[in-house]
Amino acid sequence: MLRKLLTLAAAAFALPAWAEVALPVTYLKLEVPRPPVLSNLDPVPDDLGEAGAQLGLADNQTTGKFLGHDYSLTVTRVPEGGDWLAAARAALAESPFLILDAPAQAQLELADLPEAEGAVLFNATAADAALRDESCRANLLHSLPSEAMRADALMQFLVKRRWTDLVMIAGDHPGDKAFAEAMRRSITKFGLTLKAEKTWVFDADMRRNASQEVPLFTQDFGDYDMLLVADELGDFGRYIAFNTWQARPVAGSEGLKPVAWSWVVEQWGAAQMQNRFEELAGRDMRSEDYAAWAAIRSLGEAVTRTQSADAATLRAYILSDDFELAGFKGRKMSFRNWNGQLRQPIPLVTPRAVVAKAPLEGFLHQRTELDTLGIDQGETKCTAFQE
Amino acid sequence: MKHALALAATLCAAPALADEIWVSNEKDDTLSVIDIETLEVVRTIEVGERPRGITFSKDYSVLYICASDSDAVQVMDPETGEILHDLPSGEDPEQFVLHPNNRHLYIANEDDAITTVVDTETREVIAQIDVGIEPEGMAVSPDGKIAITTSETTNMAHWIDTETRELFANTLVDSRPRHAEFIKGGSELWVSSEIGGTITVFDVATQAEKAKINFDVKGVHPDRVQPVGFEFSAEEATAFVALGPSNHVAAVNPETYEVEEYILVGRRVWHMEFNADRSLLFTTNGVSGDVTVIDVASREPVKTIKVGRFPWGAAFRP
Repeated sequence: MLRKLLTLAAAAFALPAWAEVALPVTYLKLEVPRPPVLSNLDPVPDDLGEAGAQLGLADNQTTGKFLGHDYSLTVTRVPEGGDWLAAARAALAESPFLILDAPAQAQLELADLPEAEGAVLFNATAADAALRDESCRANLLHSLPSEAMRADALMQFLVKRRWTDLVMIAGDHPGDKAFAEAMRRSITKFGLTLKAEKTWVFDADMRRNASQEVPLFTQDFGDYDMLLVADELGDFGRYIAFNTWQARPVAGSEGLKPVAWSWVVEQWGAAQMQNRFEELAGRDMRSEDYAAWAAIRSLGEAVTRTQSADAATLRAYILSDDFELAGFKGRKMSFRNWNGQLRQPIPLVTPRAVVAKAPLEGFLHQRTELDTLGIDQGETKCTAFQE
Repeated sequence: MKHALALAATLCAAPALADEIWVSNEKDDTLSVIDIETLEVVRTIEVGERPRGITFSKDYSVLYICASDSDAVQVMDPETGEILHDLPSGEDPEQFVLHPNNRHLYIANEDDAITTVVDTETREVIAQIDVGIEPEGMAVSPDGKIAITTSETTNMAHWIDTETRELFANTLVDSRPRHAEFIKGGSELWVSSEIGGTITVFDVATQAEKAKINFDVKGVHPDRVQPVGFEFSAEEATAFVALGPSNHVAAVNPETYEVEEYILVGRRVWHMEFNADRSLLFTTNGVSGDVTVIDVASREPVKTIKVGRFPWGAAFRP
């Protein structure tokens, strides 16, 4: 009804359309030093995440110009050792809409600021399951899929292929351990078997001797169907494939990877977004870019449909059944209203192709098949969204 | 190679007596020509890169082809299969519509957020109109006064005054609008929304939404029911709507806006076209790489015809 009225209004006034609405968003990044890795082949882009937000802004602005809606984006980088919370307060004083590019702990500290009450914060970079579960915050939404969602996507594929016997090598960085734990949980959830696991402890330079070390390291795994690798930093994983004792495929952080996004996604209209991103950033679009894009587009979609820039109005709409985001992954995306996670398909990719897209056919759910990925409503420990 | 094929095509096709359905194969850079008598592919013609929208001139003397990745609209002699020339099209032309004047092509430039108007006689761009992101669906009203572009990411139907070549209205629809058609003498505009899963019906005089058509395919999750192309049977008695990855075509009553039936076709059904008397409907099925032939009277699929990879558009030629 509202839309009908608005359409009518638009018809009457033609181009200079509807009420002026301005949506300023801050992209707030905490610069964190990355631990060294064995290979320098893949530098992390300096504008990772941020470039996705810029693309989302451009998309919003194009829509906004037909509706009289104004979108803007401020990027604030807090250097290592800088005052994160002071920067957060300054940003919140300008706008309640923030996209956060920071580790989980920093995001929680920000979300708990008195100034952040009623804000709409998007986590675009932290995959930690706890952020969506026992540590969830009502003002913190998540556009990046959790480790649990990615692990479930991979395990669905293994169930489908009947590759049931698994072994795992995990690094000992916190992110590696968390992803390993997510895969263990998911292995249990889908009735697969983890026959053995090892922790990556080598400190030698693997570019020189992976071919000698990895066969021995994997020899006592015995027989299995697939080797899982938890190496979220991209440290040792690249040296595992083709060096294993058994001729077996590799998946997880290497080989077949469950991701939010990859340059190999081209179906479902994705080719056009990849082109737009490439033109804007001069590089391929990655998962963090996608998550930042999805965050700012979610805000844009909510503004378009509600004609409002009020934080409470937008949050309510984003978490409602009416919200739908076309995310170039083959089906509409929406937010889980019990923990603020963006439900989304997870492509399973190699460096050169999409192998499958989860949820895979046959994994059913009473609400939406997308909720077969990650912690479900019945098992969540998140209570902050209940009021 | 192209010449050889064109030559071969000429030899085979000389007495083009039977009616034909032409299909663009997005990932093969070819067109498949289906003989409506035999329901078989009789010619395969190489064209530019990533052909999507195709349409014949009103007298069927030339075929216009959106060769998206060649950044051109190609003009083909359908008798010989030879490309006569390219039209300037703007970047990444995806879909277009020919104005009733048989002269002006309205082209959606998917990568550029622009609708380009090209004069097919002078071969010049006569206007470029800023629209939303990823323009795709194109329609012109029967009287030629209004052109529509739908934009996939902006989720709007943009209303273009063909006299001034300026936008005079922008109306929101559900997510990812794909296709637009005027019906009922130009008094209604229908716009399909792929991700939203709906068709929005507008009253053209006021540009106000007057109805919304929803789809519900038994045994298919609503998220996979994604309306894309649609066409109307004789006297607009029935609208046939391609529902993408649900692998069904819906038969909709245009008076009540209710779905009467769902017809199972090939995988990821995209666009469609009728034969001359509209007794047969041909749907392009992208993922299965084939065309399903539906008998309109019984609403039964009668044949599947293998074409090239990712068939996209379809056009009828007598």
